[in-house]
This record gives sequence, C-alpha cells and structure tokens, in this order.
Amino acid sequence: MKDLIQINHLSTHFHTENGTVKAVNDVSFRVREGETVCIVGESGCGKSVTAMSIMGLVEEPGGKVVDGQIHFEGRDLLKLSKNELRSLRGNEISMIFQEPMSSLNPVLKIGQQIMEPLLVHQKLSKKEARKRAIELIEKVGISRAEQIADSYPHELSGGMLQRIMIAIAISGNPKLLIADEPTTALDVTIQAQILDILRQFKEQNNMSIMLITHDLGVVAEMADYVIVMYAGKIVEEGEVVQLFQSPKHPYTQGLLKSKPIINQRTDELYSIPGQVPNPLELTESCYFHDRCQHCMDICRTKQPVLKEVGEQQKAACWLYEEALVHA
Amino acid sequence: MSAYLTKRISYMVIILLAASLLIFCLYALTPGDFISSNIKLSPERKAELREIYGLNKPLLERYGIWMKNALHGDFGFSLAQQKPVLTLFNEYIWNSFLLAAVSTFFTWLIAVIIGVVSAYKQYSWFDTLVMVLIFAAMSLPSFFIGLFLIKICAVDLKWLPPGGMLTTGSNATGLAYVKEVIHHMTLPVVVMTLLGVGSLTRYFRSNMIDVIKQDYIRTARAKGLKENKVLFRHALRNALLPAITLVGFELPSLFGGSLIIEKIFNWPGIGQLYIQSFGLRDYPLLMGFTMLLAVLTVIGTLLSDILYHIADPRVRLH
Amino acid sequence: MSLNSTPLPEAVGAKNAPAKSSSLFKQSMRRLMKNKLAVSGLVVVVIMFLACFVGPFFSPYTDNKVNMALMNKPPSLKHWLGTDALGRDVLTRVLQAGRISLTVGLASMVLSVFIGSLLGAIAGYYRGIVDQIIMRIADLLLTIPGLPLLFIFGALLSDWKVPTEYRMYIVMLMLGLVNWPGLARMVRGQMLSLREREFMQAAVVLGLRDRRKLFNHLLPNIIPLLIVIATLNIGGSILSESALSFFGLGVMAPTPTWGNMIDAANNLIDFQEHPWLWVPPGFSIFATVIAINIFGDGLRDVLDPKQKR
Repeated sequence: MKDLIQINHLSTHFHTENGTVKAVNDVSFRVREGETVCIVGESGCGKSVTAMSIMGLVEEPGGKVVDGQIHFEGRDLLKLSKNELRSLRGNEISMIFQEPMSSLNPVLKIGQQIMEPLLVHQKLSKKEARKRAIELIEKVGISRAEQIADSYPHELSGGMLQRIMIAIAISGNPKLLIADEPTTALDVTIQAQILDILRQFKEQNNMSIMLITHDLGVVAEMADYVIVMYAGKIVEEGEVVQLFQSPKHPYTQGLLKSKPIINQRTDELYSIPGQVPNPLELTESCYFHDRCQHCMDICRTKQPVLKEVGEQQKAACWLYEEALVHA
Repeated sequence: MSAYLTKRISYMVIILLAASLLIFCLYALTPGDFISSNIKLSPERKAELREIYGLNKPLLERYGIWMKNALHGDFGFSLAQQKPVLTLFNEYIWNSFLLAAVSTFFTWLIAVIIGVVSAYKQYSWFDTLVMVLIFAAMSLPSFFIGLFLIKICAVDLKWLPPGGMLTTGSNATGLAYVKEVIHHMTLPVVVMTLLGVGSLTRYFRSNMIDVIKQDYIRTARAKGLKENKVLFRHALRNALLPAITLVGFELPSLFGGSLIIEKIFNWPGIGQLYIQSFGLRDYPLLMGFTMLLAVLTVIGTLLSDILYHIADPRVRLH
Repeated sequence: MSLNSTPLPEAVGAKNAPAKSSSLFKQSMRRLMKNKLAVSGLVVVVIMFLACFVGPFFSPYTDNKVNMALMNKPPSLKHWLGTDALGRDVLTRVLQAGRISLTVGLASMVLSVFIGSLLGAIAGYYRGIVDQIIMRIADLLLTIPGLPLLFIFGALLSDWKVPTEYRMYIVMLMLGLVNWPGLARMVRGQMLSLREREFMQAAVVLGLRDRRKLFNHLLPNIIPLLIVIATLNIGGSILSESALSFFGLGVMAPTPTWGNMIDAANNLIDFQEHPWLWVPPGFSIFATVIAINIFGDGLRDVLDPKQKR
C-alpha cells in the first residue's frame, strides 16, 4: 500500500495568557491508501488538534502550527497557499465532527448545506447539485431524501445529522476522511450504524480514514493501525491486533485494562491512577512518569523516544530501552 | 401561538391603560396651562375658556373624558395650533420618520459591516480601533455633537445648511425640492447615525464573536468554503437572527421623532412640535405625543417577539 | 466552573470565604491592569476627578468675580480657555461645573443601582406576587418615554420654585428614579438563574434562612455584575444630566454644570463667535464619559466573563 499522507515532526502550539501549550509535540505518523488509522487518547491529549492541523483549521489567534511537514500526495500541506488548501478541504480531505447537533448550521436547510461543497469544488449547477445531494442523502441510508433535504437541522435526530455530515464529507469522494469522535455523542445502537456506513464507503472508494476516538471498542472494530497519544506525544503505535494483544507502553496497558470486558466481571473497574499533567508545567521527562507503576529515575529526567519494540509496533518508554541495554 | 398572543395583547392593553392614567396625572400635575400663560386674555375670558375646555372638572372625570375620546380615535384639539392633535401628528410625523428611517438604515448598514469585520479580526489593530470608536460614539452628548458639527460644517465651512428642512422662502418643486431636503437632512442624519452606530456595532461584533466559535462555522470551513462565504452566509445569518428583535425596539424612535436632534437642527418633526408645545403647555398635544410613544414602545416589544418567532426556524415549529 | 466543583465550602459560608474572595479580587485587578485600554480609561477618569475637585484650588480665578474689562476674551496665556460674558475664567468654570456634573452622575448612579438592585433582587428571590408587582411597575415605567418624563419633572421643579442650590439634588433623584427599572430587570434575571445553581440548592438543603440566603449567598454573586452596571451607569447619568441642564430643566445657573454651560450655544452670537464658551464643557463630558465607558468595559471583561463585550 502506498502512503497517502505523511506527517513529520508536527508541532502545534497554543499561546495563552499563562504560557505556551504544546498541544501537538513533535508527532510523526502516516496513513496509507485505504487504511484506517485510529488515534486514541484521553481528552486534551492533542488528537483533535492534530486533525485540525492537517485541515489547516487551527484556531487563530493563539494556535499555530510551529514546525513539521504534512505530505499529502507529494505536496506539503503546510506550504500550500490558503486557496490551494481550501480547494483540498471538503474535497480530497474531509472531516466529520463529534457533535452532529451543533455541527450543522441551524438556519440553513440540510439540502443547501450538502450542496455547498458540490457547488464550490465540483462546480456543479444548482440543479445538478441538488440532485446529487439527494443521492447522497439516500446513500447514507436515509429514506424520504427529498423531504429531508428541505428540513432544518433541528428537525432531525443526532444519528440522522451525523449521516448528513458523512454525506457532506463524502460528496467530493475524498481520499482521506478525518472523523473526530464521530460516535461519541450518539446512542450505542446508532454508533454501530454510523461505523458501518463509514466502513462501507471506505471499501467502496478505497478511502483512508483517520479516526479519532477514546473508545477502544470503536478501535477494535475499525482500525488497521493504532496510534496512542498522551500529552501531545505519541507514546505507542502499532498494527491493531498486535497492539491489543501485547501493549508495550504502561499507558496503553492501562487503557486496555480499564476497558470492561464482557463476561469478566471484576470487583472494581481498573482506572489509571492520577491525572493528565498540566500542559503548562511539562518538563523534560516522560510525561506519564507520575502515573506509571514502573517509573524509574530516568523517566523523571529524560524523555524517551519512539522506538521499534516489535514487529510493526513502536513505543516510547524507558522500560524497553533498558531491556535492550540489558540484553 | 394564538393563546400566547391573546395573553400578550391583553397584558399590553392593561399596561397601556395604566400608562395613560399615569401620563394624564403627570401632565395634570405639571404647573401652568395654555390659558393662564396667555397674557392677552382678560380674567373673564380665561374663566370662559376653562369652562369650554372642561378644565374646571375634577381630575378623574377629565381623564375619563380624555380616555373615552382617545378610544374613539380622538386625541383632542391642540389649543395653540387650533387643529386636531392627530392632524398635527400626521403633518409632522413623516418628517421625523424620514430622518429616522434614513439614519436607521445607515446605522444598521455600517454596524453590520464593521461588526462582522471587527469580529473576524478580533484583537487586531483594526478591532481595537473599532472598539475605541464604538466607545467614542456611545459617549457623545447628542446635543453637543449636533451643535459642534453645525458650528464646523455650517457656520465655519458653509458646506451644509445649519438647520431646517428647506431654505427659508424656498418654493422648489420636484427634483430641486428633493435635493434641497437631502441637503438639509445630511447633518442631522450624520449625527443620528453617529449616535446610534456605536452600541449596534458593538452588539453585532459580540454576536459575531459568539457565532464564529460555533461548531457549524468549523464545519463550513472544513467544507472548503471561501472565508467570505463562511462569514456572510453562515455566520452573519445566525448573528442577525437575534438582531431581528431589535427591529421592534426601533419602532418608537422611527415614528416618535427625536426631541434633541430635531430641536437642535430645527427640523419640523414631531419631537420639535413637542418641545414647542411644552413651552406653551398645550396639554392635549403633549398627552397625545407621550401616549403615542407609549403605544409604539408596547407594540414594538410585541413585534420583536413575533419577528423572533418567525425568523428562527428552531422556534418557528413550536 | 469553580462554583460547580466546590459547592460545599461556598454554601456553608466557610470562614475562609473572605480570604478567597480577596484573592479573587486581586486576581481580577491584576488582569484588569493588563488591559491597556481599560487602564488608560481609568487614568483619564482619575485625572478628570482630580482636576475638578482639586484643580480649582490652584486657580487664581475661583472667586467668580465679575470683571467687565475681561468680557468674552478668547483663550490666551492668562485665561487658557478664555473668559465668559461676565469676565470669568472659563477653565475654572469648567472645572467647577465638573464637580457638579460628576457628583450628580455618581449620586444618581448610586441611587438607581440601589433601588434597581434591591427591587430586582427581591423580585427575583421571592418571585410570586412580589415579583409580579415590582416587575409590572418597572414595565409601566419603561413604557413611558424617559425624556418627556424628565421634561415634566423639570417643569415641576421650576414651578415649585426649588432654590437653585437644591435643584441638583432633585435632578439626582429624578435620574435615579428614571433609571432603576432596566437595572431591576437585569438583576432579577441574574437572580433567577442563580437560584437554580447548585450551590444555592445546597444552601436550601442546609436549611439556611431566607435573609441569610439572600444576603450571604445571592447578593455577593451579583456584585460583579452590579459593579459593571454601576460604572457604565455613571456615564449615562452624566449624559442625561447634561441634556437636561442644556434644556434648562436640570441644574441651573449660577450653579455651573457642563450641560448648562453648553447652554451658551443657544445664544446665536456666543454660538458663532465665542465657541470657547461651550466647546470645552462639551469635550469634558465626552472625555469623561468615554473614559468611564472604556474602563467599565474592561471591568466587565474581568469581573463578568460570561457577558462578553
């Protein structure tokens, strides 16, 4: 499989009154054609900011991509002009969000909102765009498409709206779809349907998906490759089965342990002790050190780098450096 | 909706009735009247006139008569001008409306454009400049800025006429008439726009700042729409929505004239008429005018509510 | 946010509350000092107050002596803003007028904020019939346009032959009475939403008495809002007073105020030939009000972050 997008040493910082937050801190990964990559982590770990950096939509003022490259089909997205980037957005790279209820404009009809990217990117006429919009609504499994096209967002349920968001996102047959917690705000039964639709389009169009989630169930169902982020950094990544079977980083181990498993009732659900560190107070160390059971002296003073720890699996943890040294 | 309307309207009527009583009593309290301030009349003639106008009757009875006539659409007879109050209103109100409508139009136009741009460039130097200008506009003493501009533009530079609606003794017709009126209304319109534009710009700016942070604006950007489309199609529509309620609140100022501006620019509007009549204690006119403003205020509030219901698709359903 | 996460100490009225609020206050002030625009507003306000209340002591022309030799002289080195029709120094007059205008502005603000917040708080707290009565009166007063109302009051004042030195107190009263309904509405709204907040419910659970709840827990929470409203209200009051005095219905000569000094412009010759008589007080009003408004807005940013500018 060919690489579709390659992110190298991406850093995105936010300047606040109290100091600089390194929301994304030297992150590198790639997504190959037709592959689903899941980015996992607690809220505030930088996964959404990574997505917004790729889209070129980091909120200014304050937020800024300060370093790195994002290669998409041979071009560095960070070097493109605003207009070039805009013609990619919603066309070759598109995105859906966590809150379908608030992600659609309340005063515009559904149909109009689906037609917009068609008018801008495909240069369709209004009539063609409307026809295509209705096809798209049907494609995401909504009946009475005509009627839906003429309704306002508040008249539809969250699940329906997320389907509409998907319809908008796939209208330009994108090569990459970024889905930022697409099912978090939805009921469990609806979640499964939305994931089904995503998978279906991925297979039909050989689309790549970058799925951001904190739900390991979703990861298990969708991912080919998993990236685990903590405090703005990648702490572990690997092929999905490999990673679930033998997580290497203590944080990943904790995450997997805290997921309840059916038929295996324990007295108490496991949770990782402690809290995510204050992003303003990070010092040269492993950012996970104060929550880690295996914390060693070196963890408090030096940051581990991402290293190969197995076949198609990398982790940033001193435990494995040590292991290599001792071996 | 209709049950709600009935409730609202009946409340309106009660408030207006209470207001009318209050207005009547206040003017009854006001010292002096048209007759006693007229030194040309003999004491006998004064007593006679009081009898004719019913000024000798007790307060409540006078209120009853006034209210009864008012409900029949008769606001009485101006003592000073010897014309029915409503006829006088009709003569003067359109001049006031002309001034108010034109300046309201410019106020909204400027406020929307500057508010949107300023919100989009929040914290830029342009935005800071706009904020300072907004405060400046909001802090202007209306009569002073009127006088100041007359002094500069009319007296010293002689660009524009200092006041009035037509040049004295002019009998221009057709296009020449229109031109003359425009010439005369420029300064008062500038002043009224200046006075109104500050708070409205600030209102739009803060609305836009709220809207720009919304998820659907992010969606619009993620679709690859041009920034001006994001701003004007997606953001502005949502920012304008709450502003629709303001349209109703503009009602009193559209038809009620402006006491200060009309006096300073000697504009033959209803506010000017009020000030003249106040000096003469022409009560029927004064009460009629105050009542008119009260009615406009109440109707304006109701209108705002209804407009909001019509404009917002989320509210429209219910 | 902090209220939600720590409802209990707040509700119990713990002894450390004052310390906490003072540190909150300090924090706010520190943030305010970072806002350059607001600080410059404050500086102008302070300068204006000092100039008006202390300035005249340094002026050689405070005796208001009539000097016909110095009638209507344009600004010069001796008289920076010229002299008026009675040969008095205009700058000194402007500063003396400022004392009255600022005092009237402050006093009517205190009055309307007091009445408005008290009635609004009572209405919002007790709801029911009390609320109905207070708010209906407010509605009624809001229906009657303010300026004609002030006209009537002004005429009454003239008729009662109120001595000019007392007129300023009555003008304060008038402005205070006209301004309270809008304020009461705002405070009531704030109260209604506060009532529903968790820490208030905690107070209910703890069985605190009404008065205690109202004064110890609700009022402190609307104080930031009140400070902001009060500040912005001063500007409005100064503007109203000046308009009223300009129409000859407020404070009258010989007591000078910025508004009645501009009254000179009603005389055609003074208006055209002697602008130094009426332009300086106009700019004084403008400078003071803009400074107060800018400072008030800065305060709002700091004290009441929910209400964005």
